[in-house]
Amino acid sequence: MNTTIMLFLMQDGITNGAIYALLGLALVLVFAVTRVILIPQGEFVTYGALTYASLAAGQMPGTAKLALALGIGAFAFDLIVARKALHGRLILRSVVTNIVLPSIVLALTVYFAAQKPPVAICIVLSLVIVAMIGLYLYRIAFQPLAHTSVLVLLIASVGVHLALQGLGLLFFGAEGQRGPAVLSGAFTAGALRFTGQSLTVYGITVAFIVGLWLFFGLTLYGKALRATAVNRLGARLAGIRTTLSGQIAFLLASVIGALSGIMIVPITTLYYDSGFLIGLKGFVAAIIGGLVSYPLTAVAALVVGLVEAFSSFYASNYKEVIVFMLLIPVLLLRSLAAPAVEEEKD
Amino acid sequence: MQSRLPILVFALVMAAIPFVPGMPPFWIVLLDNIGLTALVAMGLVLLTGVGGLTSFGQAAFVGFGAYTTAVLSTAYGLSPWLTLPLSLAVSGSLAVLLGLITVRLSGHYLPLGTLAWGLGLFYLFSKLEFLGRNDGISAIPPLSIGTFKMLSPGSIYYAIWVAVILSALLTMNLLDSRTGRAIRALRRGHVAAEAFGVHTPRAKLLVFIHAAVLAGLSGWLYAHLQRAVNPTPFGAQAGIEYLFIAVVGGAGYVWGGVLGAAIVVVLKEVLQSYLPLILPGSGQVETIVFGIMLVALLQLAPGGLWPWLISFLPERAGGKKPDTSLKLEQRPRAPGEGSILLQVDKARKQFGGVVAVNNVSFDVQAREIVALIGPNGAGKSTTFNLITGVLSATAGSISVLGKKVDKAPPQEIVKLGISRTFQHVKLVPDMTVLENVAIGAHLRGHAGPISSMLRLDRADEAKLLAEAARQIERVGLTEQMHQLAGSLSLGQQRIVEIARALCVDPMLLLLDEPAAGLRHMEKQRLATLLRDLRDGGMSVLLVEHDMGFVMNLADRIVVLDFGTKIAEGTPATIKTNPEVIKAYLGVAA
Repeated sequence: MNTTIMLFLMQDGITNGAIYALLGLALVLVFAVTRVILIPQGEFVTYGALTYASLAAGQMPGTAKLALALGIGAFAFDLIVARKALHGRLILRSVVTNIVLPSIVLALTVYFAAQKPPVAICIVLSLVIVAMIGLYLYRIAFQPLAHTSVLVLLIASVGVHLALQGLGLLFFGAEGQRGPAVLSGAFTAGALRFTGQSLTVYGITVAFIVGLWLFFGLTLYGKALRATAVNRLGARLAGIRTTLSGQIAFLLASVIGALSGIMIVPITTLYYDSGFLIGLKGFVAAIIGGLVSYPLTAVAALVVGLVEAFSSFYASNYKEVIVFMLLIPVLLLRSLAAPAVEEEKD
Repeated sequence: MQSRLPILVFALVMAAIPFVPGMPPFWIVLLDNIGLTALVAMGLVLLTGVGGLTSFGQAAFVGFGAYTTAVLSTAYGLSPWLTLPLSLAVSGSLAVLLGLITVRLSGHYLPLGTLAWGLGLFYLFSKLEFLGRNDGISAIPPLSIGTFKMLSPGSIYYAIWVAVILSALLTMNLLDSRTGRAIRALRRGHVAAEAFGVHTPRAKLLVFIHAAVLAGLSGWLYAHLQRAVNPTPFGAQAGIEYLFIAVVGGAGYVWGGVLGAAIVVVLKEVLQSYLPLILPGSGQVETIVFGIMLVALLQLAPGGLWPWLISFLPERAGGKKPDTSLKLEQRPRAPGEGSILLQVDKARKQFGGVVAVNNVSFDVQAREIVALIGPNGAGKSTTFNLITGVLSATAGSISVLGKKVDKAPPQEIVKLGISRTFQHVKLVPDMTVLENVAIGAHLRGHAGPISSMLRLDRADEAKLLAEAARQIERVGLTEQMHQLAGSLSLGQQRIVEIARALCVDPMLLLLDEPAAGLRHMEKQRLATLLRDLRDGGMSVLLVEHDMGFVMNLADRIVVLDFGTKIAEGTPATIKTNPEVIKAYLGVAA
């Protein structure tokens, strides 16, 4: 192997790793706040990517309709829960967030889809659509289960993943799609060629990591989220609405997922079911980070990306085996360092 | 545990099904699939529902079982009956390997870890040359007895369901035994179980192997039913599916696994064959509906469907009282009055910069009640944890009958005859009082998992339960013996903990706030009990806040404040000690 190939693989690995880092961060965030292991994270990626690609190609993405349908569902859930104490403001708020908002977005999508909108509008619309889907999904599928065990939440998450993946096939068909580059142009430095797209990936990943760090460290909402993660009951007693924390977590996760999708779809062809495997690699990073540490997750994601790039060069047949088996030594280390005293969970 | 009659009826019904005239052969295929899935789900019930270890990797063990027999019976021409033990052994021994790595992990690492190696192994199956890569292995010989070959789904049906029912029986036997109680205690954290000698990593590994062997059995049957294997059914999706089958059925119940398998297999079949008729033309509608139904089902019955169904049955009357005439061997009594049982010498415990216990020394003599008192945060419970090996001391030494035990784990301390209760009650709420108390006698029984499964443990088990019943009687909870521990009041739960500690046949009983939550009369009864125990030759070290209770009961009192011993003496001298008064009431009280 010469230096050029090595540098090239490293670049490839870092680009993928950056995406895994974002997904890993989202998984850590959602798990910490809601105890949900978010298997549908991968669907957020494909929904974001394919919605963006469809819009750019001048097609109407089905996800906008799904957002409205889920919004109506969320509204129904709100009404059922609040049936004993219905009052105008509550209904109004629910109507606005769950029905008016997705309706407007749907109308805009229909309007723009017909005329091949510019890249910026495609991005914004895709992000908003997937963000709403994430938000309503939490309301419909997970909020009613918030009191149950991690296992039950996990299984519900599997159910959501299956349903979303099936819907993905319905919306986008079995063929893969590619989208236009977010940032075109490129420059070369030595043997390496940097495309605008890969620079966008690095830039957005770093921006998100810094942004999350500021959000959790400095804002009241961020601190509320952290408090919920540490102790749900305690947070509630301190006046934090834990459902709000859950909604914020899902909102962030779906935005991060969609953004990752939009960033990779110009580089690789994505299919309706590609998200699962991409999400799982984010998982690998998140586990290495112990599902608690953001910086460690980011570093681990880069390692996963690099290992993947190099093993696809040397032993492409065993690429996935190597990536997933990477966990075994990590688990081994973690189990050796496991604390001696541990209190009961449940 | 339960009567065997419903199982017998179930077995007869299953045996009769193929003889029902006009039974569509397709239904038999469905039942075959249900049986295969149920085997895996049953293992998961034990692993996840009972043991609290979530695994996404079970499909990989099914794969090990299937591929072992596929390779051996095609490439090497071995008889399928010879490959059965080999399939089970391969699944089992790989479970040991993967288990050693993963079972020590807790909480969320475990499911994710199993997901990762499940995926890795799936890719391995599809890449290895000798496993036929993505095409797999075909032309696997059918099972046969003599010249009778089980070629049709109807003929292997019996092999599958005999395996399911036998496995269910063995699993239920295992759960209703000494080892089973240890397994059932796992989900509630290990501190309590380890305090009574349960080796929790070993118990976890055991359920891991059990589940893997059941999965391997399912794989072996699968290979000979399909007579071909390929990697697809052993992937991550399948692993996830097995887990939700167990959860939908009721993850805590052996029959929940079977019920879950039936529901999911039938539901998928119905959706696949009828949904296209209603909504024609669209791709994966059944997956969408299936996913939505799964979420809806969980919202309606988060505990699974089996317990939901069972709740409609009339409640069963409590079990029968064990024969208390059976006796366990007792440990030799401690030497006479005045000899030192427990010696704590300059024990120190630091958590980072906080000194929780600061060079504390005291002793407990034979036939003596010593009270450890002090304001909140004085280091009393930490001292208990140091003595019982839950924590290890930063410095200083602790010895029992002159033997140093500083670094000994809880399982060793309890063997020396020191048993304890906990400040925050640590019972298994979904086990009966009798079963909870019997955990205390864990080290006094000897039956292992295999003999428990085969019911060879009954003599041993009867003695353990007799001892448990005797101790429950002694503390006055005979009435509640067959109630679930979680249904008792907090005060009664503390008493159950004392009965459990007594089952160890201890020389020294450590009680952490035993009187908290008790009513006046109950406190008096407790004091009488403790005096009786002392007069019978036992020593008691207790932490307690109720001064009236302590002053009337204790022979000697040790007072801690901010981790340091500030006084020691008889109740009378402690009452007037100015240091003690200052610690409790502030200066110049």
